[in-house]
Amino acid sequence: MRNTQALSKSIRQHALRMVHRAKASHIASALSIADILGVLYGRILNVDPQNPQLNLRDRFILSKGHSCVAVYAALAECGFFDVKLLDSYGDDFSWLMNHISHHVPGVELSTGSLGHGLPFGVGKALAAQIRDESWRTVVLLSDGEMDEGSNWEALMFASHHKLNKLVAIIDYNKLQSLDTIENTLNLEPLVDKLSAFGCKVVEIDGHDHEQLAHALMNIDTQKPLAVIAHTTKGKGVSFMEGRIEWHYKNPNDEQMALAIAELEGSHA
Amino acid sequence: MRNAFVDELISRAEQDESIILVVGDLGYGVVEPFARRFPKRFFNAGVAEQNMMGLSAGLASEGFHVFAYSIANFPTFRCAEQIRNDIDYHKLPVTIVAVGGGLAYGNLGYSHHAVQDYALLRSMPNLLIASPGDPMEVKACMRYLFDHPQPSYLRLGKAGEPCIHESVPIVSPGKWLTIYKAENSKKIFLTTGATLATVNALLVDGTMDSAWSLSSLPLWGMKYKSDQIRQASSYDEVRAVEDHLVDAGFGSWLLEATSKDPSVVSKIKLFGLDSNVCGMVGKQSTLNNLGGLSKETLCKQ
Repeated sequence: MRNTQALSKSIRQHALRMVHRAKASHIASALSIADILGVLYGRILNVDPQNPQLNLRDRFILSKGHSCVAVYAALAECGFFDVKLLDSYGDDFSWLMNHISHHVPGVELSTGSLGHGLPFGVGKALAAQIRDESWRTVVLLSDGEMDEGSNWEALMFASHHKLNKLVAIIDYNKLQSLDTIENTLNLEPLVDKLSAFGCKVVEIDGHDHEQLAHALMNIDTQKPLAVIAHTTKGKGVSFMEGRIEWHYKNPNDEQMALAIAELEGSHA
Repeated sequence: MRNAFVDELISRAEQDESIILVVGDLGYGVVEPFARRFPKRFFNAGVAEQNMMGLSAGLASEGFHVFAYSIANFPTFRCAEQIRNDIDYHKLPVTIVAVGGGLAYGNLGYSHHAVQDYALLRSMPNLLIASPGDPMEVKACMRYLFDHPQPSYLRLGKAGEPCIHESVPIVSPGKWLTIYKAENSKKIFLTTGATLATVNALLVDGTMDSAWSLSSLPLWGMKYKSDQIRQASSYDEVRAVEDHLVDAGFGSWLLEATSKDPSVVSKIKLFGLDSNVCGMVGKQSTLNNLGGLSKETLCKQ
């Protein structure tokens, strides 16, 4: 087990540098999940960087593939590949492409089109159930992604088949690409919806590491677990927090310096 | 064809524990023997094709060879992106099985007419199309797929198709399978899918003169174009026949595959369906005739 706060801070720093260098989008979405990933890779997931295909590993799927820089950073920090390779993000022919790629060690599924990760994760969880193996499948989704009907199809199947080793974490930062969730397609009442679809639902602060760890260790005997992680898009960089534009905008040099300084000043 | 499918699947699943059958709430009267024999390897995903295909990919990523079964366009167009991103891109061994290829469900209307499926699936770089022409070719294609699990599309008719082959042939992607070889033949019909029986009937009943040969090509796809020029070049005329729209179908694939040799391209004639069948209802034979696969059209000199 490693210091999850330090890991999350590194994830944020790497993510900013990668996005800045590559002049890429989606920094706010990556910052939104840095704490979730810090806890997953620091405390929860049973994965081995030396053997990414270990049979009994936990499977982690980033369904919101546009937040890939955060996962690449987490994997590099954990030793799946050299941290220096993060600098190739966004380069021509880089295997660190701008939506998460299964060619990267430790990545189970390439995504980028929303609504794919959970059905795929259901298949993995079903495979574990068929073989009577105890590893877990953890899928991290965005809130806007819950607009996709395929996720609700997947939840119906998962609860019907009692896939209790399946975990769906919803990064509920309340912002979509153009506007708030509330003004786009309101997800509420989300707890009720997920419960009605047969999940065990836990609602937490998605930046509180203790709450995250506690929620993610929670396994029901029958039901798939849905963790609603209330988050702030752009978390950790004050001028990005809760701002629609940072879904696509790229920080200029001055903003980059400010952002890094803010993170350096943060506790952890 | 669908009974040959399920018989062959059961037979292989007896020895191979990686075989799983997932259905999209379809297959009444067909899939029950498998479900009874292997209850832990049979899943009805319900009426939810996106999830069916996504979870099939997930299972396949864990070492299972998944057969995902439904009707007509439901396991293809409805979940095209799951096929593209999850199955084909990740090169996972999911065999998408569609019953009712072509106009087999002609009376059920346009929703059930699978006449654009080749167009969609042959645009997938890693996907092998298996389009058998009779129950023997169904078994042959399945044996190939069992031994070479990969992203694949198995297009079946329905039930009751005649057996053209006397036994199960050996099939290989891109390789023309000889059905009838006329002596010194310079003219050949090359069929894929259920049109094998249509053309075979013309040769058997003497409608078509005996100078014509007949081959089928049950396994093809984007990766398997390389040997087409050689196989086509020994003929003066090749009639490519398919129960799919001529647009972006099998004949178009053959033209692309031979396009580097204009002398071969000029020998190929396409016999498929015209878009005038889209929206029409009727028996398979009625619609095939209307769409351009009538005896007269196929035999036209």
